[in-house]
Amino acid sequence: MRYAMAIDTKKCVGCSDCVVACQTENDVPIGYCRDWIVEITDGTYPQLETEIRSERCNHCDNAPCVRCCPTGASHYEAGGIVTVTHNKCIGCGACIVSCPYDARYSHPEGYVDKCTFCLHRIKKGQQPACVEVCPTKCMYFGDLDDPNSDVSNVLKKRKHKTLIPEAGTKPHVYYLI
Amino acid sequence: MSASRRDFIRITSLSAAGLIFGGQYVHSAVKALRQEGIGGSSDPLRTPTYCEVCFWQCAGWVHKNEEGKIKKITGNDDDPNCNGRLCPRGTGGVGMYYDEDRLKTPLIRVTGKDGKQTFKEVSWDEAFDFIAEKLQKIKKEHGPECTALFTHGSGGHYWGDLLKAFGSGNIAAPSYSQCRGPREVAFIATFGDGLNSPEPLDIRDTRCLVLIGSHLGENMHNGQVQEMSDAIDNGASIITVDPRYSTAASKSKFWLPIKPATDIALLLSWIREIINNEWYDKKYVEQYTYGFEELKNYVQPFTPEWAYGITTIKPDQIRETAREMANAAPSVIIHPGRHVTWYGDDTQRLRAVAILNALLGSWGRRGGFYIPDKMGLPAYPHPPFPKPSRTWREAMGGKYKLADLALASGVCDATIPSPELDCNIKGWIVNGTNLIMTLPDQKKTIDAINNLDLLVVVDTMPMEITGYADVVLPECTYLERWDDLRVAQGRNPSIALRMPATEPKYNSKPAYWMAKEVSKRLGLEEYFGWDTFEEKLDWQLKQVGSSLEEMKRLGVKNLPREYGNLFFEEGEDVDFYTNTGKIELYSTAFEAEGFDPFPVYTPHTEPPAGYYHLNYGRAPMHTFSRTANNPNLTDLMDENTVWVNPKVAKEWGIKNGEPVYLQNQDGVVSDFQVKVRVTERIRFDSVYIVHGFGHADKKLSRAYGKGVSDSQLITRVLMDPVMGGTGMRGNFVTFRFEKESEVKS
Repeated sequence: MRYAMAIDTKKCVGCSDCVVACQTENDVPIGYCRDWIVEITDGTYPQLETEIRSERCNHCDNAPCVRCCPTGASHYEAGGIVTVTHNKCIGCGACIVSCPYDARYSHPEGYVDKCTFCLHRIKKGQQPACVEVCPTKCMYFGDLDDPNSDVSNVLKKRKHKTLIPEAGTKPHVYYLI
Repeated sequence: MSASRRDFIRITSLSAAGLIFGGQYVHSAVKALRQEGIGGSSDPLRTPTYCEVCFWQCAGWVHKNEEGKIKKITGNDDDPNCNGRLCPRGTGGVGMYYDEDRLKTPLIRVTGKDGKQTFKEVSWDEAFDFIAEKLQKIKKEHGPECTALFTHGSGGHYWGDLLKAFGSGNIAAPSYSQCRGPREVAFIATFGDGLNSPEPLDIRDTRCLVLIGSHLGENMHNGQVQEMSDAIDNGASIITVDPRYSTAASKSKFWLPIKPATDIALLLSWIREIINNEWYDKKYVEQYTYGFEELKNYVQPFTPEWAYGITTIKPDQIRETAREMANAAPSVIIHPGRHVTWYGDDTQRLRAVAILNALLGSWGRRGGFYIPDKMGLPAYPHPPFPKPSRTWREAMGGKYKLADLALASGVCDATIPSPELDCNIKGWIVNGTNLIMTLPDQKKTIDAINNLDLLVVVDTMPMEITGYADVVLPECTYLERWDDLRVAQGRNPSIALRMPATEPKYNSKPAYWMAKEVSKRLGLEEYFGWDTFEEKLDWQLKQVGSSLEEMKRLGVKNLPREYGNLFFEEGEDVDFYTNTGKIELYSTAFEAEGFDPFPVYTPHTEPPAGYYHLNYGRAPMHTFSRTANNPNLTDLMDENTVWVNPKVAKEWGIKNGEPVYLQNQDGVVSDFQVKVRVTERIRFDSVYIVHGFGHADKKLSRAYGKGVSDSQLITRVLMDPVMGGTGMRGNFVTFRFEKESEVKS
């Protein structure tokens, strides 16, 4: 089993619904977020291209945050999901610095927090909150090892990329382009 | 005998419907609910609601945690408005409930010993007694018709009933004359039917979507954004006409960065291309339309070369995009937009949009416009409302007869005494709309308010308008109250229930309770004959074969269509509700009222040197100015920026992120500074800001002073002579680096 997400930049409108749905689902305090929107425009008027991406933890195969964690709080769950055990985390912040995607934040209660792919929902057979809420249905989630999963199917059909592949982290959030 | 014209009769009858608020007329008579309730909610931590953060009214579920605290809101899978997916505002609706700046208790304005006007906290009884006494005084001195309601929200139903019972017909929503009114009038004139809400657009099946100044994706009209995404998946092409490279433009095959205020020229040229190349739907045009030959003759001068000189869109691009639409026809939508009050010739621009759709045969066709259906729900029994002896219309001197709903700006005008007009409105109730930000020309709105004997403001938040109130009534949020059922039009009719998920916070109350309490003091309680709101809802639901118990479980109920097919059958005989019974390319109704029967392009004023067109729009996480203090949504976006082309920024020496003041053509300088967003995504003759920011009310702790208010800078209003819409895009701004006061000091 290998969980992954694919996000269609051709459909995403950058509305931030994924951000607020994550906040209310996971009790992320106001002022913090586990996912966010990036908008990049290339070209000069009137020859322009804009790419809009919903970004989050990439749940890397080779996660620097797991490697550098001194207490083992950052770890891999089944299916390759990277999570933080809050009561083992001492809040040193090494993982925050090590992440090339800036996907982690320091929770006001003293631990480091980040996207879990909504592990608590997946366990119940539900989709992550961001995937379920997205009005453009631009996100696909599932098991890469299952060739018939939504995410496997869409990655077979569409051209895609990952972010900062040169970091060697082997990310598992894919962007359809 | 113009009064006997079918179109006019229809519009007149619509005006009457408009007095029942909402004005969405119903295609079929009362329907029985036939579906048996299955499934639904048995989760005690989940209650049904429909969203009040915008007008789309998506149905959803409010979820509470084990401690009974509201945790999140999710969409209802059965709801055709949202398909189980709320937009960011709906998801962030929890912030409305938790906002600690909410209005907490009734307030009455008093003059203190120091002569300063302040508010004092009062009991509900004191507030209602005060309102009733003032209303009776207005009735005695001026007549009950000298009162008016401005509303944007569910509470308008009850205050509307109260005013109608009192004897007033002045019930206005800014969503008409400040927003979609010109579109409704143009489509009624052309097809005999307006569009209403949600618009009956078959976007998911379209092959070509044309957006003219409409920025879907930034305006989160939920169902439409979802369907635009489906259309992208299905390989539809999108053509976006916008001076700004909007999100929608970034999804488009063609972006036409049009010079502002020249859209009619582009539309006329497209019409000519489609006619002269014989790309129109010949059978459809012959069978259904009136005035084709006249139209053909009329558009001959409007070559793409002619339009190029006006719009700056290259002739080849005009031809290529016309061809793109024609190739997709009839599965093509020239989107009618929603906020369309731009330049004062808006009804005529929307007529051109309607004509283009008619030529391509998209009205009543798959991938174009479907025929909506909506359920008629009987009202709870009450005595007939008295006929008001006069309304705001009488003060308009015979203007705007084609307006099918009340004009908020017209009611405002009818409040300001003037030598030409007989204006006499003395009391306003304002429910859920921040008129200071909503109506253009703030000075005029404040002039009108200064002529009132009574201003009651009903809201959840201390908006700018509450600062002008005599009485402030704190409404509880939609998560804490019952409301009338949502009766939505769509591919199928549907109804949705809103029930309280929790007790109201603070000393806030639902508007239905307030209106009923005031009615008792005016001797009008027989118009609110129910004891509890649940009893009223259950009675209504039982008339149509459902019950409150069932709707608590389902949240949303979809009903079978009763109004025939979604689309015209091939060659079907259709009688359109126009004077000629045809789709009127040539408008006989406009001609009879003395307006151009075909849309005419008129050049608009150009910005003076150093000034730029002030364009405004929406951000997906905010609704008007009402969400600007919502803790969840402010967290996503807490201020607006002014978009400026890099060439313009260079000329002014402005850096990205630099704060500036904006000053308009009339010398009005923005209260606050706004950060410049230097971007290639906008023309050099325009700037752009998101509407709803720059709040001047310090009681809004998160919103105060954040960004700049476009409303403050819209002092030049271009009135639409056809229906009284207030065109707001004729304003120009320049940059100021310090304020006069700062210069002096």
